Amino acid sequence: MTSKYSESIILGLVMVVVLILMLMLTGQQFFRVGNFQSMAFQLPELGILSLAMMVTMLTGGINLSIIATANLCGIVTATILTTYINPDTAGAGSWGIILLAIGAGLLTATIIGFLNGFLIAKVDVSPILATLGTMILLNGLAIVLTKGYVISGLPKPVRFVGNGLILGIPMPVIIFALCAAVMALILNRTPLGVNIYMIGSNPTATYFSGVNNTSILLKTYLISGLYSGIAAIIMISRFNSAKADYGESYLLMTVLASVLGGTNPYGGFGKVSGLVIALIILQLVSSGLNLLGVSNFLTIAIWGMIIILVFAVTYLSERYRERRQVA
Amino acid sequence: MKKLLSRHETYVFLAIVIFSLIITLINPSFFTLENFLDLLKSYAFVGILAVGVLFVLISGGIDISFTAVATVAMYVTTVIMINYGGNIVTAFLIACLIGIALGLLNAAIIYFLNIPAIITTIATLNIYYGILTVLSGGKWLHAMPTWFRQFSGIRVLTLTNPAGIAYGLSIITVIWAVVLVVAWVILRYTTLGRGLYAMGGSMPSAQRAGFNIFFLTMFVYSFMGLMAGIAGVVQILLVQTAAPNSIVGKELDVLAAVVLGGASLAGGTGTLLGAMLGVILVAVMSNGLTLMHVPSFWYNVFIGLIIIISVSASALQHRRKEKRMITVEGE
Repeated sequence: MTSKYSESIILGLVMVVVLILMLMLTGQQFFRVGNFQSMAFQLPELGILSLAMMVTMLTGGINLSIIATANLCGIVTATILTTYINPDTAGAGSWGIILLAIGAGLLTATIIGFLNGFLIAKVDVSPILATLGTMILLNGLAIVLTKGYVISGLPKPVRFVGNGLILGIPMPVIIFALCAAVMALILNRTPLGVNIYMIGSNPTATYFSGVNNTSILLKTYLISGLYSGIAAIIMISRFNSAKADYGESYLLMTVLASVLGGTNPYGGFGKVSGLVIALIILQLVSSGLNLLGVSNFLTIAIWGMIIILVFAVTYLSERYRERRQVA
Repeated sequence: MKKLLSRHETYVFLAIVIFSLIITLINPSFFTLENFLDLLKSYAFVGILAVGVLFVLISGGIDISFTAVATVAMYVTTVIMINYGGNIVTAFLIACLIGIALGLLNAAIIYFLNIPAIITTIATLNIYYGILTVLSGGKWLHAMPTWFRQFSGIRVLTLTNPAGIAYGLSIITVIWAVVLVVAWVILRYTTLGRGLYAMGGSMPSAQRAGFNIFFLTMFVYSFMGLMAGIAGVVQILLVQTAAPNSIVGKELDVLAAVVLGGASLAGGTGTLLGAMLGVILVAVMSNGLTLMHVPSFWYNVFIGLIIIISVSASALQHRRKEKRMITVEGE
């Protein structure tokens, strides 16, 4: 209990420190509405993908194929859209096709999630290996389907998903909030959620307490796949195109974001709220540095340092407390 | 015979043989000494990295940062080489020292701060690579010294093909071979090697058996760094260009090759032979697809399928073994 408590305090502190630091460095610029809006457009993609990563990490697994899933799903959707709809003449009659295309994309993502779940839960392959295999396979399929080219020119309603505003709030943020809320609901309020945490803590004990581990793991990877698919729709909408290698740098970032948010990489612990705070911290850092004109690469390096720092502080403070208790 | 059939390496070897046969039937130029020696040269980079990855996996750890370490070693060595000169020995020495230093930093974070290896190395991958890219401005370096170019052209054995073009056993392949021999001796004949297997099998048991976990952790990650340093120089020997963005992003491909060879991510298992067969399988596939005139974008589909089949097969085999053990106990 104490350790979790201190973790969220540390995270909150880090957020405040980062905010103050960015404010001091960039001055008024940082608090302009435009800056927050541009942050709000960037965060959701990584956010939804991180949710897809986090849920598998809670079971003690990992899903290396989320980006590949997202790209393949984006390509399926974009292919259907560009084949049947001319982006300039898209009328009211194209809604059916748009829904069909998005549906097909999400279905693809779910099927991939099922394949991952099957390999991990039924065949008993370790998650990192199974998803490494599917990652390379899906990436290959995406390249074969597109021959390495970009599929571009999506109809207007689809572009709204990634670029539109409702009451001044960017659409991606609304979708992300919904996704996060649903994930929190699943994890905290359903038997599935409880079992996900239990499997992450101790799969053997969970099995012997009468839980069907296979089915839980299958569902976990299914959810992970579906969330990757949702991220894909936002991604293709924002870029107005789909490609086999979009967002590849996101993969390792999602692991870092989950872990920074308090998800235990060995499974069993982690909250959606922690992940959201972590994402905000990371976004504040990168937006602030961006305003300062710092290179993206250095930003990524600083992300890495923040993660090591947070881990180090958590670990050392825990050890210090233990030592004091002993004394 | 039965022992041979139960080994993962046998199946990887069979897969290589079958693929080679198919490729040769379609394009006989695959099965020539020239093509074979060429493969052994161009895959030295992956092969050397695979040795390091294997060591880390055996010890029960994981390292994702080696591509960034190799990049830093490669780039800094090139900068020093171009500006201050030197010779091939100093080039390797500098790269190895950089590799070992960065590896030690990984190990120190993992050991002293108790951060899981995968998280540490993902973070340091971004740190090393990010800082290098910023400092270098992403600039490609081409102006290698003459002695460096000449060294990369050295052949230990020179032959001529029917068309009159010389080919042979490259010095780069020899470097890979030396690395393999050293690694083999360490794993097979030293307490250090045995310690790695013990630590990967069970950390507490290894500790109680008297192995120094601190030393082993430091060793294994700095060894990975050393391999990354050597691989970094091999890479510039191969392509004669130091590009900051040419290696990072390939870490999971190398990991996949090692895993194809049967190393488990749970630690404690894995052989050098298996890892090298994994690398060769990947090399044969890639080269074969080109020679069979299959468009190169099919490559990942095949590799992905092979990995899924391979890891599924060994998972099922593992399960069958466990079941058998339970029935024996039941009797």
